[in-house]
Amino acid sequence: MAKQPSQQPQDESRRKFLKYSGTAIGGVVVGGVIGGIIGSNMKGGQKEPAAPPSETNTPAVPADRDYNQALMFFSQDQFLTTEAATERIFPQDDLGPGAKELGVAFFIDHQMAGGYGFNSRDYMSPPFYKAEASQGYQLTFKRRELLALGLDALNEYSNEKYKKTYAKMTPEEQDSVLTAFEKDEVNLKGVPASTFFTMLQNLTMEGVYSDPLYGGNKNMEGWRMRNYPGNQMSYTDQIDKEEFIKMEPLSLHDHLQLG
Amino acid sequence: MANTLPKVPIVIVGMGWVGGIIAAELTKAGHNVVGLERGKSRSTQDYYHVHDELRYASRYELMQDLSKETVTFRNTEKVRALPMRSYGSFLLGDGLGGAGVHWNGQYYRFLPYDFEIHSKTIERYGKNKIPKEMSIRDWGITYDELESYFVKYEQMSGISGPSELPDNIGKMSIPYATPPMKMSPGMKLFTDASSKLGYHPYIIPSANLSQDYTNPDGIERASCQYCGYCERFGCEYGAKADPVVTVLPVAQKSGKFELRTHANVTGILHDGKKATGVKYVNTLTGQESVQPADIVILAGYVFTNVRLLLLSKLGKPYDPTTDTGAVGRNYAYQVNGASSVAVYEDREFNLAMGAGALGSSLDDFNGDNFDHSDLKFIHGANIRFTQTGLRPIQYQPVLAGTPKWGKDFKQATIHNANRILAVSGQGASMPNRYHYLDLDPEYKDSLGLPLIRMTFDFLDQDRELVKFIAQKTKEIADQMGATKTEIHDTIRQYNIVPYQSTHNTGGTIMGSDPNTSVVNNYLQMWDAENVFICGASNFCHNSGYNPTATVGALAYRAAEGIEKYMKKGGSLV
Ligand SMILES: Cc1cc2nc3c(=O)[nH]c(=O)nc-3n(C[C@H](O)[C@H](O)[C@H](O)COP(=O)(O)OP(=O)(O)OC[C@H]3O[C@@H](n4cnc5c(N)ncnc54)[C@H](O)[C@@H]3O)c2cc1C
Ligand code: SF4
Repeated sequence: MAKQPSQQPQDESRRKFLKYSGTAIGGVVVGGVIGGIIGSNMKGGQKEPAAPPSETNTPAVPADRDYNQALMFFSQDQFLTTEAATERIFPQDDLGPGAKELGVAFFIDHQMAGGYGFNSRDYMSPPFYKAEASQGYQLTFKRRELLALGLDALNEYSNEKYKKTYAKMTPEEQDSVLTAFEKDEVNLKGVPASTFFTMLQNLTMEGVYSDPLYGGNKNMEGWRMRNYPGNQMSYTDQIDKEEFIKMEPLSLHDHLQLG
Repeated sequence: MANTLPKVPIVIVGMGWVGGIIAAELTKAGHNVVGLERGKSRSTQDYYHVHDELRYASRYELMQDLSKETVTFRNTEKVRALPMRSYGSFLLGDGLGGAGVHWNGQYYRFLPYDFEIHSKTIERYGKNKIPKEMSIRDWGITYDELESYFVKYEQMSGISGPSELPDNIGKMSIPYATPPMKMSPGMKLFTDASSKLGYHPYIIPSANLSQDYTNPDGIERASCQYCGYCERFGCEYGAKADPVVTVLPVAQKSGKFELRTHANVTGILHDGKKATGVKYVNTLTGQESVQPADIVILAGYVFTNVRLLLLSKLGKPYDPTTDTGAVGRNYAYQVNGASSVAVYEDREFNLAMGAGALGSSLDDFNGDNFDHSDLKFIHGANIRFTQTGLRPIQYQPVLAGTPKWGKDFKQATIHNANRILAVSGQGASMPNRYHYLDLDPEYKDSLGLPLIRMTFDFLDQDRELVKFIAQKTKEIADQMGATKTEIHDTIRQYNIVPYQSTHNTGGTIMGSDPNTSVVNNYLQMWDAENVFICGASNFCHNSGYNPTATVGALAYRAAEGIEKYMKKGGSLV
């Protein structure tokens, strides 16, 4: 059969991709070289902060404002409760920022506003029966419903116990309330407390460690704290090295090559 | 109303590894083939922004949409099966290339023992070694008969592996297509430790290319970058062998292949003796079509293969109460859970780096490579250290006793992130009379058709296997120069929540008995000679290995069977 390259080196946007990284080698991908160059290009570019666009008439944006950040799903109270609870799950300490500073509550807000919050890719058809633990989630609540109920319950329980809303309590009090939810010691209007807690815990860790494009892991600080390099193009030259290699992380934004 | 299309010679249901291989082989031989795939089309350019753990690994971007179709599950017949509402113990492929796009590429030929497990067990230990309800059997084909088909898959996909292999696994007539992957420091520690113990470690054969490779069809692919975003992701380099960068371009180039995406097949049409075609629904428009065909090939993975037969009332459904029938029989899985971790307080490893198939493993406790006389299980596990690239959302390592959240959790996970090497067993799974697939009596897919129902659990055989293999992993980990080690040696019931592996097997098993197997050893259906069914659904049990080497070999075998069938102009081949 005639020699034919796989479709991958031929397609147009791949060629562009390679051109931008300065490495189109006769249409054939020579992996090691490309990977290495893309990796180092990106890193090199990263060190210098991007120059502001030169020809814009837009008035300067105040430095402390991020107009891309606001709420899509939460009320302000829900947001504050989430911020307080996730900060207890992943607190600030001498290693670095906690959930609050990393923007985890924004991450969760954005996730709940979209398909994930609506369980759009989950099987949510009835009937719903009581399940064995080995059969997994079998409740009727969508994630956004469970989260809203759980946050209400956090405040109601805090009010009962400490006469304060969740966000206003001391860290110790906040921990004791979360523990009660985790252990299912809370019985509030049928809210499945531990299921809510586990979901909040998972969302928190996703917000700490997902690509910053989703609103958390602010400035890649979550990654930096644990020496996670984010998404590099290639480790061909490092994979067999004995020593631990620290690198400045890269995010998907660093790979964006539009136009 | 259904729209009836002009008849075609061959129609394939599902365009993953099996569908892709068969499409390439048959079109190369000059036959016209229509490929039906329920998902969308794909190419490597879709993956320029693939290094996104949330989207691909946590939100399952490339997998089947469970809101449309899922599987129901129960541990035993005493319990009501309930739908797997979200992922999940296993992740189902969807779209061009199927799960072959987001797999790891760990490549293991099954052992010669696997294909003759029933006779070899009796030969060595006597009949009483096999528990009453354990339904192991010989496969109706031997390793030697499959050997040349393994070679075909290896040359096509460019498998990278060692030139010398231990004696305790099947012999190869032709070495792997490319040299083995690089060795990471963790692999060295595992290899040195297990060699010192007298075991026989080797670098895992890999479908991630160790170097640039041109295959016999002229397909060129680049080498792996050890990028750490492999399992659950597509490869932007085309370095990971997947159907979209290997076999499908060959089928497309032939001019004999017509691919229809968004085509969800809902039934096989037949007259009781032979299939006359398939029907499918366009998932975008809702239009139903009938595609008449001379030959129908099922390549839709285990659950679809079984479900379409049952929905179409083709073949004899398995009945566990009487132990008769065939379709749905011998569902098995993978018995993971035996592992030990080696924790290093004095050094860190580059564990974010890795490739899906990077690692070292040994088979001294796999198959029947060790004496089972005094053991309460048969078979065993491949024991391995893998370095697939640890990503932070999925990997938050804590040792026993650490809280699950809060300050101590944060400090422990950050401290441990690059200090733990895991040695684990990938255990074989034996079939049982009461483990099977059938149609769920209650739950339906988005078109109103019954979902497939799985009845499956871990039994004493599995718990004993895990306990034994775990001790071996501990023994190795203890030799790896770590500060301390920790063993995990207990599994309880099968739980569908945590991810374990997408190594589901059985349901349309092969064999030599038309009453209790679905296909012969050319994967041709006993009850309908123009239907070929191929995939891990043909496995009579699952070995202590990943399945795709054997799936790939069976696909080449099926392609040959189909050609034979066409030449003969009918009847069983
Ligand atoms: C995360 C992950 C990691 C894995 N790692 C490994 C590994 O390292 N080594 C290994 O050996 N194996 C591995 N596997 C398993 C491997 O992916 C499968 O064995 C292999 O893909 C099976 O090929 P297949 O063609 O039978 O099925 P698939 O690849 O799943 O393809 C089936 C295709 O059929 C389509 N289809 C299904 N039903 C219908 C229908 N009704 N109508 C139309 N189309 C339909 C699907 O959309 C899909 O595209 C892994 C799997 C996963 C999910
Ligand atoms: S690890 Fe290698 S094969 Fe896997 S996606 Fe990355 S470059 Fe491709």
